Amino acid sequence: MSYLDNILFAILLVIGFGYFFNSVKKIRRNINLGTDVNRSDNPKARWTNMAMIALGQSKMVKRPIAGVLHIVVYIGFVIINIELLEIIIDGLFGTHRVFAFLGTTYDVLIASFEILALLVLVAVASFWIRRNIIKLKRFANPDLNGAPKNDANYILYFEVVLMTLFLLMNASDLHLQHVPGGFSHFIKAGSFPISQFIEPLFNGMSNELVMLLSEIFWWLHITGILIFMNYLYFSKHLHILLAFPNTYFANLNPQGQFDNLESVTKEVKLMMDPNADPFAAAPVDENAVPSKFGASDVQDLNWVQLLNAYTCTECGRCTSSCPANITGKKLSPRKIMMDTRDRLEEVGRNIDANKGIFIPDNKTLLNDYITPEELWACTSCNACVEECPVNISPLSIIMDMRRYLVMEQSAAPMPINAMMTNIENNGAPWQYNQQDRLNWKNE
Amino acid sequence: MSENLIVPTMAEMLAQGKQPEVLFWVGCAGSFDDRAKKITKAFVRILNRANVPFAVLGTEESCTGDPAKRAGNEFLFQMQAMMNIEVLNAYEAKKIVTACPHCFNTLKNEYPELGGKYEVVHHTEFLKSLLDDGRLTIEGGQFKGKRITFHDPCYLGRANNVYEAPRDLILKLDAELVEMKRSKANGLCCGAGGAQMFKDAEPGNKEVNVERTEDALETKPEIIAAGCPFCNTMMTDGIKNKEKEGEVKVMDIAELIANAQDL
Repeated sequence: MSYLDNILFAILLVIGFGYFFNSVKKIRRNINLGTDVNRSDNPKARWTNMAMIALGQSKMVKRPIAGVLHIVVYIGFVIINIELLEIIIDGLFGTHRVFAFLGTTYDVLIASFEILALLVLVAVASFWIRRNIIKLKRFANPDLNGAPKNDANYILYFEVVLMTLFLLMNASDLHLQHVPGGFSHFIKAGSFPISQFIEPLFNGMSNELVMLLSEIFWWLHITGILIFMNYLYFSKHLHILLAFPNTYFANLNPQGQFDNLESVTKEVKLMMDPNADPFAAAPVDENAVPSKFGASDVQDLNWVQLLNAYTCTECGRCTSSCPANITGKKLSPRKIMMDTRDRLEEVGRNIDANKGIFIPDNKTLLNDYITPEELWACTSCNACVEECPVNISPLSIIMDMRRYLVMEQSAAPMPINAMMTNIENNGAPWQYNQQDRLNWKNE
Repeated sequence: MSENLIVPTMAEMLAQGKQPEVLFWVGCAGSFDDRAKKITKAFVRILNRANVPFAVLGTEESCTGDPAKRAGNEFLFQMQAMMNIEVLNAYEAKKIVTACPHCFNTLKNEYPELGGKYEVVHHTEFLKSLLDDGRLTIEGGQFKGKRITFHDPCYLGRANNVYEAPRDLILKLDAELVEMKRSKANGLCCGAGGAQMFKDAEPGNKEVNVERTEDALETKPEIIAAGCPFCNTMMTDGIKNKEKEGEVKVMDIAELIANAQDL
């Protein structure tokens, strides 16, 4: 190998990783557009959650078929990437199968990569069939019409191409290992339980041609990996990275516990304080921005909710368990997450285009993406939160947006207003006198 | 039809210098809704039978604020919460029991941060502890062998992970507990939560309570057991919608226990 190859490879790596880190920076910046929320408590429980739910896939297997198929792809992805280390070293230093010295261990490793690659192909094919032939309800849902549907299929095609290239690369290598007396640098190394069946493909070709093909497969494989890594940013596939921080920072409180807005607590306490001077001027703080109640746009959501939006892989388990969606209402928790991400990215592009400052675009997450009709259909039953395999909470976003509708816009449906008036006037959601609360005793 | 229910109020207790073992938070539904009042009374009969020193707030009780909070009105919620906390703290309430999972969740999870720290239990948990401690015994096999399915209230189950107490009680009745295809953590909402009880549903192709009632009817039950006055209403309406009110009853766990004792 000439040094040209190594330099080319190094440039490819720099471009691939450079672009990727640039994307990571953008995601980080966008997530930090959210308001602050403290999730640094109880690190032990947080690490446990991450280990069990992200690493251990404990919530995935609640739907066994999808769960097992997913674990195959997941393990395949993690394990086969060990091979990536060898590829990078080989590429940078012009070595060939640099870990071959491991002997039997190397054989076992390569063999397991191959078996996993085949299993991944089977799983990916099953996924494709579930989406495109069987058309499972949650994948045929209108949430995914257009780009999201294509995105999901592209990811599957990518994985097929990468696994196929990996196997072809090994098959051509094996073919050259079998050349009597050896050929070029193709030492006998590795065990090839799967690609040995592909090897006959190269029978009848000249050794030089097979070597050229082998090099092409190798280059396409690593280039494919780098492209796939950079595709993450544009796809729903970010969960392979963000599932880990997302499960770490997820809410640890009981699901029924909704946060108490601190800004409201202050006001209510003042209102109820008999010693408060009703005529006193409000304390002046020139820098204070009056806090907004609830959320109408992504900047009003907290950073964990925005991280949730990037983490969502649009599997739709939430939507398939949502009582509102099941009964034909417009609400889809998955769409809440997709909309939040779409709007966040729009805001991010706005900031990029305006030298780091967000120029108001007369659009908001509320109304332009998510309609009040969707928000009011929620029963707050937590089925979506329970279902999410990576602990995303669509419910918290729905609640924050309802808060904006009610407290900033007084835009609750009429019967809800009536219910609230009753609570205010007589301490019950219906028009009964508080003095009659104990009447049941004597009825 | 007046019966001799002993229902002391916290004010009466205080006047006698007594502190009850537990404060029974009746809730708005339990106080005003005709169907839910029966549940309240059934629970009181059991408390009376077991000689549990309890008290209610009576006219000093007010909505916990749950429907306001879930509708998005944090102001109203916190106003309600702080007023209730003032009252509860003034009586030095330590332990609260309620038959409404919404009150239960709010009192248990959302009041502590606002200064209301109590031990809060759902009535199914409380009833189970009475049985476990031998303070209450269930005799008579009125429900023996009956097919009973339990509908998990979201705010009891998923929200607070209480799944077993109501089921244990059903099993104590020697009944045949049958599970719906969606149960426990996968249970389907009755459609009332999140302030939906107080408004019409958004346009769709079905009512949530009908969908859930179908789940329940698939188990061919004689009784659908509930642990929430709102679920009770929704399931009862669902049964009427399916014209099954002659065959299937919707009953609260407290009513099952009270009936088993001929209370």
